Amino acid sequence: MIGNLGKYMFMLYHIFFKPEKFSVYWRRFLDEVIQLGVKSLFIVSLMSAFMGAVLVIQTATAIESAWIPDYTVGFTVKQSMLLEFCPTIISLILAGKVGSNIASELGSMRVTEQIDALEVMGVNSIGYLIGPKILAALFIFPIVIMYSMFFGFFGGGLVCYFTEIIPVKQYLLGIRTFSEDNFVFIRYALTKTIVFAFIITSISSYYGYYLKGGALEVGKASTNAVVYSSVFILFANYILTQLLLI
Amino acid sequence: MITVKNISKSFSGVEVLKDISFVFEKGKTNLIIGKSGSGKSVLTKCIVGLLEPDIGDVYFDDIKFSSLKPKETKKVRKEIGMLFQGSALFDSLSVEENVAFPLRMFTSMSEEEVIERVNFCLQRVNILNKNSMYPSDISGGMQKRVAIARAISMKPKYLFCDEPNSGLDPVTAIIIDELIHEITKEYQMTTIVITHDMNSVLEIGENILFIDGGVKKWEGNKEEILDVKVKELYDFVYVSKFLQKMKK
Repeated sequence: MIGNLGKYMFMLYHIFFKPEKFSVYWRRFLDEVIQLGVKSLFIVSLMSAFMGAVLVIQTATAIESAWIPDYTVGFTVKQSMLLEFCPTIISLILAGKVGSNIASELGSMRVTEQIDALEVMGVNSIGYLIGPKILAALFIFPIVIMYSMFFGFFGGGLVCYFTEIIPVKQYLLGIRTFSEDNFVFIRYALTKTIVFAFIITSISSYYGYYLKGGALEVGKASTNAVVYSSVFILFANYILTQLLLI
Repeated sequence: MITVKNISKSFSGVEVLKDISFVFEKGKTNLIIGKSGSGKSVLTKCIVGLLEPDIGDVYFDDIKFSSLKPKETKKVRKEIGMLFQGSALFDSLSVEENVAFPLRMFTSMSEEEVIERVNFCLQRVNILNKNSMYPSDISGGMQKRVAIARAISMKPKYLFCDEPNSGLDPVTAIIIDELIHEITKEYQMTTIVITHDMNSVLEIGENILFIDGGVKKWEGNKEEILDVKVKELYDFVYVSKFLQKMKK
């Protein structure tokens, strides 16, 4: 346990070494932004739209009462999406998609001696391979989460429009209600997202980079990356909520 | 020239290398031979610094590599080219990008100069018109040649080849061996080839180190190896019944 923590800290320390050539690292950063962020947009938009849609139906069904105004549905959807569904659930999905991708990519590079090849050349392999991934995730994940929020509201809006479960106008009114608090909620969501981005990329990189063995271990590393990233996201989610919202 | 002095290395109490000393000569194809698990790869990893020896020193010409600071180590490493057993080409980069990688990372060459050097290296290893292909699109033999092109792109003083012809057919294996030998002569490099292939030994072995159970058992050249008296090496060289008959 302590040994693993030590190796993890050693890995993080090496990320901040001066790059051999800034332009090469910048290109790697841009590649990772596309790989980790842009290529996740489809699944994120799909998940968010359906989450928003389901949330509208569930909320509208649960609070069907003449005493509760219709816009409450929009308000509840907004609060749920901003505070929990977009930053946490989407991050858990990204832990599965991006985390396993990172662990298997680095693991395969370890098995096929590509990491050794970098080291022999004199390249700081941790800085070159892992640094751009972490920085790219810290940059792009908040944007992905904002995108997810938009699609969540959009999905809810579509359900209102096609099923008329509540009028679209009431739904939009709910979304806009108490908008003075939106900034606080978005800041909370994005703070969580940045922490989750770091957890996902650093833990997955750790499991891939320090892999020993062959193809079987690559599979195990991917699984461990997803499991441990998810567990740490849940812990961090609780701690951050306690710190930022109460 | 690379000199190793009294190298020993253990893993979890098991001694893998025991007091190995040897001089790898400049401009020659130096071979480290031995059975699987004899410690050849561990010795090479100790030389290039991927592993730290428990005891002993490694000298690149007059530089004591084992006592260098990380920054100084990087300088020496830029003069090392290495061909790995499985080629170790970067999957996500094309043939051209693989060969250009060290040039883009460590030199201030313009893009035109980089491409010119890449094309020269690829031509030198007889890879033509494959620049935009990816490692997975080309054969194992071609991958080895691209890896050689990448290894020589920085004009290294030292070239390491870890089982360069493993997994290749005999004809391609000889072509790769000859290519390594020619490049060594052409650029006057200190080349170290790890192998257990007797064809390679007899083809290019100018200076040979035989290791068995982590111990240096013999050193010599390809002419001397056929008349060897050391039992372990004799068993290694004449393992095939055909060669045994030839010897008799």
